Amino acid sequence: MTQAYSPGLQVRRRTLHSSRRILPIPGDVLVQVGEQVTAQQIVAQTFMPGDVTPINIANQISVAPSEVPACMLFKEGDEVQVGDLLARSKGIFGFFKSETKAKTAGTIESISHVTGQVILRGAPLPIQVQAYQAGTVKEVIPEQGVVIESEVTFLQGILGIGGETYGTIQFACQSKDQPLTEELLDESMQGKIVIGGARMTGPAVKRGIELGVAAIVSGGMDDEDLKEILGYDLGVAVTGSEHIGTTLIITEGFGDIAMAERTFNLLKEREGAEAAVNGTTQIRAGVLRPEIVIPLDETMTAATSPEETEVTSGLLETGVPVRIIRDPYFGLLGEVGEMPTELRTLESGSQSRVLEVILHSGEKVIVPRANVELIEG
Amino acid sequence: MNSAAEKKLDPDQINVILATDCGSTTTKAILIEKVNGEYRQTYRGEAPTTVEEPAADVTVGVVNAVTEVGELAGRKLIDENDEIIRPAQGDTGCDIYISTSSAGGGLQMMVAGVVREMSAASAKRAALGAGAIVMDTICSNDKRLPHEQIQRIRELRPDMILLAGGTDGGTQKHVVQLAELIAPAKPQPRFGGTYKMPIIYAGNQEAIELVEDVFDEDVKLTSVANVRPVLERENLAPARDAIHDLFLEHVMAHAPGYNKLISWADAPIMPTPGAVGNILQTIAERQGINALGVDIGGATTDVFSVFDGTFNRTVSANLGMSYSISNVCASATLPMILRWVHLDMDPRELQNHIKNKMIRPTTIPQTREALVFEQAVAREALRLAYVQHKEFATTLKGVQQQRTVGDTFSQATSGQSIVDNMKLNLLVGSGGVLSHAPNMHQTAAMMIDAFEPEGMTVLAKDSIFMMPHLGVLAQVHPAAALQVFERDCLIYLGSCIAPRGFYRAGKTCFSYQITGETLNESGEMLCGDMLLFPLAEDEWATVTVEPRRGYDFGEGSGKRVEFKARGGTVGLVLDARGRPLMVPTDESRHLAELNSWVEELKLYPEVIRELTP
Repeated sequence: MTQAYSPGLQVRRRTLHSSRRILPIPGDVLVQVGEQVTAQQIVAQTFMPGDVTPINIANQISVAPSEVPACMLFKEGDEVQVGDLLARSKGIFGFFKSETKAKTAGTIESISHVTGQVILRGAPLPIQVQAYQAGTVKEVIPEQGVVIESEVTFLQGILGIGGETYGTIQFACQSKDQPLTEELLDESMQGKIVIGGARMTGPAVKRGIELGVAAIVSGGMDDEDLKEILGYDLGVAVTGSEHIGTTLIITEGFGDIAMAERTFNLLKEREGAEAAVNGTTQIRAGVLRPEIVIPLDETMTAATSPEETEVTSGLLETGVPVRIIRDPYFGLLGEVGEMPTELRTLESGSQSRVLEVILHSGEKVIVPRANVELIEG
Repeated sequence: MNSAAEKKLDPDQINVILATDCGSTTTKAILIEKVNGEYRQTYRGEAPTTVEEPAADVTVGVVNAVTEVGELAGRKLIDENDEIIRPAQGDTGCDIYISTSSAGGGLQMMVAGVVREMSAASAKRAALGAGAIVMDTICSNDKRLPHEQIQRIRELRPDMILLAGGTDGGTQKHVVQLAELIAPAKPQPRFGGTYKMPIIYAGNQEAIELVEDVFDEDVKLTSVANVRPVLERENLAPARDAIHDLFLEHVMAHAPGYNKLISWADAPIMPTPGAVGNILQTIAERQGINALGVDIGGATTDVFSVFDGTFNRTVSANLGMSYSISNVCASATLPMILRWVHLDMDPRELQNHIKNKMIRPTTIPQTREALVFEQAVAREALRLAYVQHKEFATTLKGVQQQRTVGDTFSQATSGQSIVDNMKLNLLVGSGGVLSHAPNMHQTAAMMIDAFEPEGMTVLAKDSIFMMPHLGVLAQVHPAAALQVFERDCLIYLGSCIAPRGFYRAGKTCFSYQITGETLNESGEMLCGDMLLFPLAEDEWATVTVEPRRGYDFGEGSGKRVEFKARGGTVGLVLDARGRPLMVPTDESRHLAELNSWVEELKLYPEVIRELTP
């Protein structure tokens, strides 16, 4: 077997990229095909049904559930305000009537004669979707959202924390293997996307949150630091809804690990540019990787030619660049050398298909094929 | 939904069978061929499962795994259009192609019942029995305010909801009240924006119409028989079947490329846990024994048991060796994992290793240290999954459970687990970390440490992880499945003999006498001792054990017992570490004992390093 499949992270200097921006429930699309949009422009919006408050009317006015509809002073669909009289019992011979008033405002959604319960729904909650990526509206999906397309610099990380954010790219570290420590962050980085080198330390992340940086991107981080920042141990790599005050992206993995040179250099090239960042990660069926999307400016569009935009086929072949993703060579980069067909015995005693990686230092190492990933883009 | 189900197959015309199992991490392929009139498993291959970009199509992984099998077998199985060649002609193609799949991830459900200890507990058992992850249980007495319950329903986005409550003919009010909570929450499914949230109603049958009135067209409501028609009896099967059908229809179908896989297969694609369960039931029935099986995968650990003819299955959806390895460590804690590690390791580095495996789930251990650590994690994943299984498999009779009124308010204590290690005859291990361990002694040790078998238990492993394939093959060609199963699938590792009773440092645990064709041994076992005697496959030995007071081999404390022990590739293991198994807390003594077990069981012998380029 001369080929194997192993997907990798995308790192592209110039590529045609599209973002699908969809509302969670049907609503209105606010832009048209061909329109130019900015990253933070609202392109679609809708209203989610408001919060519901169940009110046990039967209990409150001491009647049987079947009597509740007759006791109601409002009907389904009516709006009520705080303090409105909702229901009144018939009492005994017209005396001793019980009443109940609304403690929250909303619309009467249902009146149940089985349970004696009334469901009051609050005011609709607006949900808005931003363009995320500056570009052209390529497609409008009626009532759902849009597809935005533009030429961008596109980088994927391996794991992120937190959701979408925007800012200007600013470097805190001078080299790919410099750890991102707290003293490297300052007030000028508020609202920026701060780029580190190797491991981002826990104090550095805390400092970033204090300063209000939009996002921190670095090569690695320590599990213990992540646990402390989150307040819990991450059980599965499904993230994006954390609210820690900033978005974090690690590009390589956990531990003291330098950012890949290609990634670092590409970000350096785009320093000062406006970017959109999304830390959402789902490493499961239907994987999502965290990403940094940097729209091209005019100078870049004119000066460079587009890279191949089709995804690579994910094939390991002699000569392709790879990253080793497991000990004992974790994080080292190189290119594929020989790919022997026969199984080899690993140090662990397991039999495995292996390949030779020619490291950037010139050293050749043998690793299981499962322990490398392509550097794509 | 499987169009493949309609294809007609003539068993006599089938000579070459290709089977795949699309796991969450790895896609495995095997070739079964008719050799001298008998079906034998001949070649196997594997490749990463391709549910993510850039492929985002499960069939890409299938093609890669099948290509590997084809190359090894010298048989062209894939044509120029990346499709499986059928029928077989000479050295080309196969006659049938079948597959199992768990690539779409676990089924995530929410259950709702009126009373936590009654209908909600029954609904939860039905969901767990169908292989679902129960994300939350909503009930009238769960101490949350209604708006908190509604908010929870909104946030969870489960794949489906099972609603139960009320006995048939009993009160209707409470279950309708629950429906009224769920309906306005307008729950959104996890996958796909087009289909409606499936809700299964399995409560008071006389309230069906009232419940239907509560829900509008935003949900797909299915009504089935009550999970608890009367207070003392459960009827879980209809709800479980409905969950299974909706799982196939909704969740699995959303694995990228799954529809294409359906069109390729010559038989309906079966969820992996279903297929493995079928095979374990077959083993137990044919041999008339109590059997326990485990399949430890990347995302889930599935445990199957047959005790006195009753089958139970649990899918621990957050315990696995890749996607959910970090969850194993969070649940078990690092010190519990490290009690199985005899090498010096830096805890900080280990924590980072765990997370790196979580984010790059397809990697395999290259160094011995990495292997020792992964096998330690596996022990804890298996142990936790087994605890969950024992809690689930309470006194059920088939799919129905008889309970007295007195039991109903104390499920936790009244439902005795029917899983009894002392009555267990056969323990079968399957899944990557067990099937692919470099030596079989490691597989046996992981199973003994995690499951703590008592009395005498025969240990076996799925040779190359083919139980899922055979489970689905049994549906279309039972003869072929049985032949391969008996000849190529199960590898007997040997027997483990261990008493129930607490570890008492420095005390004698039991004395033994072993007589057999090649083995004649006798002696005493101190607490904490382990001994391994070679006893070849197909060889049997008579083992007489005489426990000290406080130790029990099944006949009572201190009672002498005679066993007929079966041999295997590992041999006969005598285990005097006590049950429940506790390792010494003193670190130096613990390490000394751990090292003695590792040495006695020959777990990590020096291997020849062949990796120099």
